Amino acid sequence: MVPIVARVRRRRRDGPGVWTLDLRSDEGAVRPAAPGQFNMLTVFGVGEVPISVSGDPGDGDRLLHTVRAVGPVSAALADLRPGSAVGVRGPFGIGWPVGAMAGRDILLVAGGLGLAPLRPALYRLLADRDRFGTLTLIYGARSPDDILFRREFQSWRRKPGLDVQVTVDHATDAWDAHVGVVTTLIPRATFDPSRATALVCGPEVMMRFAVNGLRNAGVDEAAIFLSMERNMKCAVGLCGHCQFGTVMICRDGPVFSYDRIGAMLGRKEL
Amino acid sequence: MRCGDAEFIDVDGLDALFRALSDRGYRVIGPTIVDTAIVYDDIGGTADLPRGWTDEQDGGRYRLVERDDDALFGFATGPHSWKRFLHPPVQRLWDAERDGDAVTVRPAAADPAPLAFIGVRSCDLQAMRIQDRVLIEGPYPDPHYADRRAAAFVVAVDCGTAGGTCFCVSMETGPEARHGFDLKLTEIIDGDAQRFIVSAGTEAGRAVLAALPTREAGDADLASAAAVVDRTAASMGRTMRTDDIHGLLLSNLEHARWDDTAARCLACGNCTMVCPTCFCTTVEDSSDLTGTRTSRSRRWDSCFTADFSHIHGGSVRQSTRSRYRQWATHKLATWHDQFGTSGCVGCGRCITWCPVGIDITEEVRAIRETAEQ
Ligand SMILES: Cc1cc2nc3c(=O)[nH]c(=O)nc-3n(C[C@H](O)[C@H](O)[C@H](O)COP(=O)(O)OP(=O)(O)OC[C@H]3O[C@@H](n4cnc5c(N)ncnc54)[C@H](O)[C@@H]3O)c2cc1C
Ligand code: SF4
Ligand code: SF4
Repeated sequence: MVPIVARVRRRRRDGPGVWTLDLRSDEGAVRPAAPGQFNMLTVFGVGEVPISVSGDPGDGDRLLHTVRAVGPVSAALADLRPGSAVGVRGPFGIGWPVGAMAGRDILLVAGGLGLAPLRPALYRLLADRDRFGTLTLIYGARSPDDILFRREFQSWRRKPGLDVQVTVDHATDAWDAHVGVVTTLIPRATFDPSRATALVCGPEVMMRFAVNGLRNAGVDEAAIFLSMERNMKCAVGLCGHCQFGTVMICRDGPVFSYDRIGAMLGRKEL
Repeated sequence: MRCGDAEFIDVDGLDALFRALSDRGYRVIGPTIVDTAIVYDDIGGTADLPRGWTDEQDGGRYRLVERDDDALFGFATGPHSWKRFLHPPVQRLWDAERDGDAVTVRPAAADPAPLAFIGVRSCDLQAMRIQDRVLIEGPYPDPHYADRRAAAFVVAVDCGTAGGTCFCVSMETGPEARHGFDLKLTEIIDGDAQRFIVSAGTEAGRAVLAALPTREAGDADLASAAAVVDRTAASMGRTMRTDDIHGLLLSNLEHARWDDTAARCLACGNCTMVCPTCFCTTVEDSSDLTGTRTSRSRRWDSCFTADFSHIHGGSVRQSTRSRYRQWATHKLATWHDQFGTSGCVGCGRCITWCPVGIDITEEVRAIRETAEQ
């Protein structure tokens, strides 16, 4: 319940209003996080919010969080200068089932900022590339300017064994690639649906559409994983805010297989 | 009575119990009249108890009336529950101090005195067990609750009067206190003779009991004690069928009755505040003018507010319908999925203290009568 104090080591702009903070703890190492887990980050005197880890879990020395400024706490976080103190509690939650995906064809489907929580999984998959089948990253952004981790995309595109598909909702003149929602890219990916696992992260509507696309392509409901977002105050199953029907997102998730939550997903105001 | 070693004390003996507890360093809390309701507060002795008073309760209605005897525990549950002390409305979590770029965080201090609760009803013992499940037995125990709970001394009382909105028999949580207490009292009034059968449930209880001026209870006393709870069980104000409730509610999430309830519900959150199991909280950070000292406090929150489900872009639960549905389905159905127990003990507080008298037992009945499946 009490945060440890970390410090911003570096801060880097990774999209419009989106900053990646590189944190280091004053009080020994921050506990390493698995892909898909999150920390509760405090700006002292302002507040605390859940933010996914976005760095490589294999890089034990660095704790990366990618934050979009949308309100008071996230804006204060995104605005922190190197040297500033940040409270950290975590890591919390059950992340992507990377360890259980050996031999599978893998699709990472991200919308908008949803790429940040998926990036640690991508790093782990690339680090152990031989253990997996085909690997496709499907990413949808609002516009070319909104594309996250722009520089890194260039290196991902050159990686052997990684197929990168990007689409935007609204193109600009300079954009010569795909336009449309992420689902339209699923048929372009190479995978065997009977042994495919999909990790999906983005706005809830986007995830619903992506799930439909994946199911239509023959991917098993138990092999589609989603990262859910709800208001969270404690992240340790005590505050009640993140209830989603039968589950608590912080304790039982945030990553769930679709077969576990599918029936609740489309339900309005649940 | 299930304990072989039952003894009894009189009113002086009860005062001796309060003294024994306060001599042992406990802060003694029990029922007492404040304004026009029986609440839980610090008490010094039996003189502070609501002697000779009872409560009349119905949907949206609570009134104290005089009894025709001197019963000390002759009423049902009031607007307070013990969560007010174990899981208080406001809990400081930590304080932090900044010195340049360095920040030191200090966890909030523990309470000075352990708590002794006098007159805990069976439903509320079960409510404590439910809060234990939520707040201690998950992967991350709440240290504040856990410390208070472990240190607390519980004096239960068998219910001699069922409230107008009680349905503990339906929820299998009362009216007889069976476990979860250090000491238990059953109040017996026989003309002018007033006695309390007292039995111990723990070693701590036995130690305190040994220091009291007790007399051994005879078979007749035990028979009178059993009659007390039998009488109460037979006079429950409400009933609710529970065997099918999980499936019933979860397969009727779009039932028209939710709209009907929403048209009456004010989304005031009273039901969540008075409920002895509702545990939801939010946090508030504050800072002095210079930002040198900051702190975080936790306070009770209610799923009836718009902020409760706020995420960037708006609340998930915009309508009152969805908020009442969340509350009722959580209490009676999804609590089982999340914590392996019901979230309702049938204490009836939410019915009594709802300003418009919305009655969870009626809502469930209405849904069952016209269930979609
Ligand atoms: C598991 C999880 C992982 C997340 N990962 C990231 C991430 O990597 N990067 C990122 O930028 N954002 C992430 N978010 C969303 C982020 O927590 C919210 O944008 C943030 O809480 C907004 O708070 P605010 O005070 O800036 O804005 P406001 O919208 O004013 O929020 C007020 C309060 O509401 C709550 N709240 C608002 N939006 C959300 C939300 N979307 N999710 C949960 N609580 C919310 C918070 O308690 C917040 O303090 C994540 C959310 C969850 C649940
Ligand atoms: S839901 Fe109502 S009856 Fe059930 S425990 Fe809470 S306040 Fe008591
Ligand atoms: S059910 Fe009654 S007490 Fe609860 S929020 Fe609605 S009006 Fe208030």
